[in-house]
Amino acid sequence: MNYAADTAALARKDLLLELRAKETLPAMLLFVLATLTIFHFALPRGTGDVAARGLLWSALVFTALLGLTRAFVPEREQGMFDALVLAPCDRSAIWLGKSIAVIGFLAAAQVVALPAFAIFFNGLDGRTVAAVALADVGIAAVGTLFGAMAVAGRARELLLPLLFLPMAVPIVVGGVGEYLWFLALYDAIFAVLSWAAFEYVVAEA
Amino acid sequence: MIFARRISKRFGDRRVLRDVDVEVPDGGFLLVTGPNGSGKTTLLRILARLAAPTSGELRLPERATIGYLGHDPLVYRELTPLENLTLFGRLYRIPERAEHVGMLLERFGLWEVRHERVATFSRGMQQRLGLCRVLLHDPSLLVLDEPYNALDAQGGDLLDGILSERRTIVVATHDPVRVEQRATARLALG
Repeated sequence: MNYAADTAALARKDLLLELRAKETLPAMLLFVLATLTIFHFALPRGTGDVAARGLLWSALVFTALLGLTRAFVPEREQGMFDALVLAPCDRSAIWLGKSIAVIGFLAAAQVVALPAFAIFFNGLDGRTVAAVALADVGIAAVGTLFGAMAVAGRARELLLPLLFLPMAVPIVVGGVGEYLWFLALYDAIFAVLSWAAFEYVVAEA
Repeated sequence: MIFARRISKRFGDRRVLRDVDVEVPDGGFLLVTGPNGSGKTTLLRILARLAAPTSGELRLPERATIGYLGHDPLVYRELTPLENLTLFGRLYRIPERAEHVGMLLERFGLWEVRHERVATFSRGMQQRLGLCRVLLHDPSLLVLDEPYNALDAQGGDLLDGILSERRTIVVATHDPVRVEQRATARLALG
């Protein structure tokens, strides 16, 4: 009960911070729309659905990376990790709360990105939407863990893409191929691993 | 009590602390002094369990609850004082949170601005809010790094009151005059 309430309070905090600062989501929206527009004009007419889906997934992964880069900015700039880790709550609740907020940002960006993709390219089917929803969970789980790791490092802007992008390859493979079972399996495995590993990420060695 | 023996800390090739010993009995007051860069903040972070020493032994009571105030007040600037303290009250499992938070805000003169964003506050008001956060869970060990920074006369008096309460306290400052009389132990770094 306490764990769920802690997680909800932390996720609410992150959503509230974004609602006030309006820094991450507008940037994500602008980025994904600009990327899809560029792809629309870059792709030759008559290109197949699979190629178009590949571009959609590229746009989604890089948009997510943009959001993840900003995810721990308040904790980094205001030293808030110190205050959070001193609290007697389970540290994985910090990861879970942040992941839920990241899923919220991704979903909000995709509410705009998916219809734009449908307009620019050859429509959109339910399987693609389901794949995107499943991918969001994996992206948030892995990306939040790596975001926290990157915050502690000096070359944090460099570190997050280096850690996250290789881990996003299976998501792109599963997304383009629309292997929903594969995406669900990725989510389950990496959510559990990230949840368990977060404690060690925030504890200074 | 706080018991630390031969605490050392390195950041890469740079040694910040070398074989520091600290012993503070329950209810004691340790004053840590030293010039900039002497390792005061690093030592306080180690004592607050926010950083691990490179070598040495640190023992704190198993049930010690720690209130830590660093150079930053450690509050979210885009949230209001009420939202900040309610969040930390939740994480610290404070019973009757609303009353407790209200009482602290009143005590530190922040009740009237409880719905305003912290980003709009002066540094002194942010420091007051930082002190509210530190005291929220009535910690048995207070670790304060330059706590008088940015506080006005009234804020300083409030802090004097806190430091005279019965609990174990560690304060680092490069201007020790104000707390010197309260100190039961002293450590000069650098």
